[in-house]
Amino acid sequence: MNQFIQMFKPKTKAQTTTLFAWALIAPAAIYMFLIVVWPLVETFRLSFTNSNIGTLMEGHDYIGWANYEKALGGRKFPAIVSRTFYWMFLSVGLKMILGLIGATLLASNIRARGVIRALVMPPWIIPIAIGCFGWLWLYNGHFGLLSNFTEMIGITDGPFSFLGYKQSAFYSAVVTDVWIGTPMVTLFFLAAMQGVPRDLYEAAYVDGASRWYRFRRITMPQIMPTVITMALLSAIWTFNSFEIIWILTEGGPRGATTTLIIDTFKTAIFSYKFGAGATRAVLVVLILGVFSIIYLTVLGRVSKKFGYAGVTK
Amino acid sequence: MMDKYSLPRKIAIYFCIALFLTFMLLPFVEMFIASLRPLTHLFHRPELEVGETMDFMDFISRFWSDKMSFQAYRDMWVTVPQLPRYIFNSVFLATAVTIMSLIFVIPAAYAYARFSFRGKSVSLTLFLAVNMFSGAVLLIPLYKLLRMYGMLNTYWAMIIPGVAFLIPTGIWLLKSFLEKIPYELEEASFVDGASRLYTLRRVILPLAVPGLVVVGVAIFIGAYAQQFLFAITFNQDRDYMPLPQGIFEFIGYQDVLWNEMMAASLVGILPVLLIFLFLQKHLIAGLTQGAVKE
Repeated sequence: MNQFIQMFKPKTKAQTTTLFAWALIAPAAIYMFLIVVWPLVETFRLSFTNSNIGTLMEGHDYIGWANYEKALGGRKFPAIVSRTFYWMFLSVGLKMILGLIGATLLASNIRARGVIRALVMPPWIIPIAIGCFGWLWLYNGHFGLLSNFTEMIGITDGPFSFLGYKQSAFYSAVVTDVWIGTPMVTLFFLAAMQGVPRDLYEAAYVDGASRWYRFRRITMPQIMPTVITMALLSAIWTFNSFEIIWILTEGGPRGATTTLIIDTFKTAIFSYKFGAGATRAVLVVLILGVFSIIYLTVLGRVSKKFGYAGVTK
Repeated sequence: MMDKYSLPRKIAIYFCIALFLTFMLLPFVEMFIASLRPLTHLFHRPELEVGETMDFMDFISRFWSDKMSFQAYRDMWVTVPQLPRYIFNSVFLATAVTIMSLIFVIPAAYAYARFSFRGKSVSLTLFLAVNMFSGAVLLIPLYKLLRMYGMLNTYWAMIIPGVAFLIPTGIWLLKSFLEKIPYELEEASFVDGASRLYTLRRVILPLAVPGLVVVGVAIFIGAYAQQFLFAITFNQDRDYMPLPQGIFEFIGYQDVLWNEMMAASLVGILPVLLIFLFLQKHLIAGLTQGAVKE
């Protein structure tokens, strides 16, 4: 026994450091293992079973790749995947553009800056679900502000239910998602912009550079690391976005807003098909993993070329 | 000179800000107007005569009534007697998740910021990779896990998974703050014979307070904003429901009491909203100082 302990006793300073560092990380690592990694493995196992509400008590059987064949062979699956990516790119793109515009506006030298900055925050710091209740009423065809406004200015004739039609429901959900995501992006961009050394702007100004030129050649390169990080984070969050779609449309009408996450939730929790739901969860994890690897690889190339620093630091 | 704007440019800036704020605040305005209107007016829609098009006055008359009052703000406590409890639960859950997350995040972030050791980048990447998964894909095993330990329908059902999904972001954010604290201070402390833990507690933590506040606030917002999914899947007990789940009670009755639901939503979010509006300045200052790379 003593010998066994001796084996693990640190011998060099580097080993002491490693041991101490790992002792500090261990609680977080163990917690993550129990609450995320183990369930992930369990999900993987379940995806090969016919587990459902009926087999919950007497145990389930392993059915090989049947769930995967069913999910991937389904007519709807390719449509759901492409819809999810369209949802993600559109929403993240809009959040980045609006965030940049918003941060530039808030960084400009105007009166009541503090108040205006504070007024941008609410969508970010309230429960997402509560914000969605507001939008639910806003999108209402008969009684909502939007429908009545479009009727007044003559875009629509009569009540228009924004969440009632396939296309408008999808874009309405995107707008709500952008509304919730933009404040955080804006504030992080603003913080990054304020971190840019002022002498850079002054030097450029003395040399007669226009505002647009200064934005393009000083602001953008300087805040690029933040933009890249926020884009990846918000892509992952948007991909995983659940509450917004669920409260606004529950994935409808006729599946028009069903993304991978909604499809997974519907199958597993609503239809009690745990095995089939787990299969979809595994597919979501795989798709998201591949996307992140591609994103980071492309980014690695781009940053080498342009000399940006790493993404996560 | 550089920060002076010409008049047209100034007007353009204010106009764009007005547009931006309109988008950000429109749902709140709609919620507020709806909360003031009596239910009968809320579902009242004057029909236009054939051939008549809607004009501005029609628009106003649909949203403005003489009978507007704060009645809903009084009635809502009767309709949903548990409302104060829901508001409390929301704040309590977010606070508990924040404290618990920080307990895990602080030591780990310190290790990543300060030492180079074997497995550092691999484990950090793994933490961030885990961050990619949404709770929604892990619901079934999480449900089993929570049931196994008798945690369904308790506060824990929402705290335990909530913490897990905020740890990686917390580590990543706090690490960049801690990296800015000069190492010489620690060395000086070691030279004076202090232990590593004593140094962490007495030298590093006080210096890290601004960073800790920002990270704590970020975690709190994350925990407060996303209380819906775990609540509706793991908790059916009214005593533990957070506000977003409790609000659904207004829908359960014969009519949906939209005006009271909107009033309850606005009142429910008010405490946290006010605190953050006051903290806004420090939050941005903190973000500038730490989370953003130089």
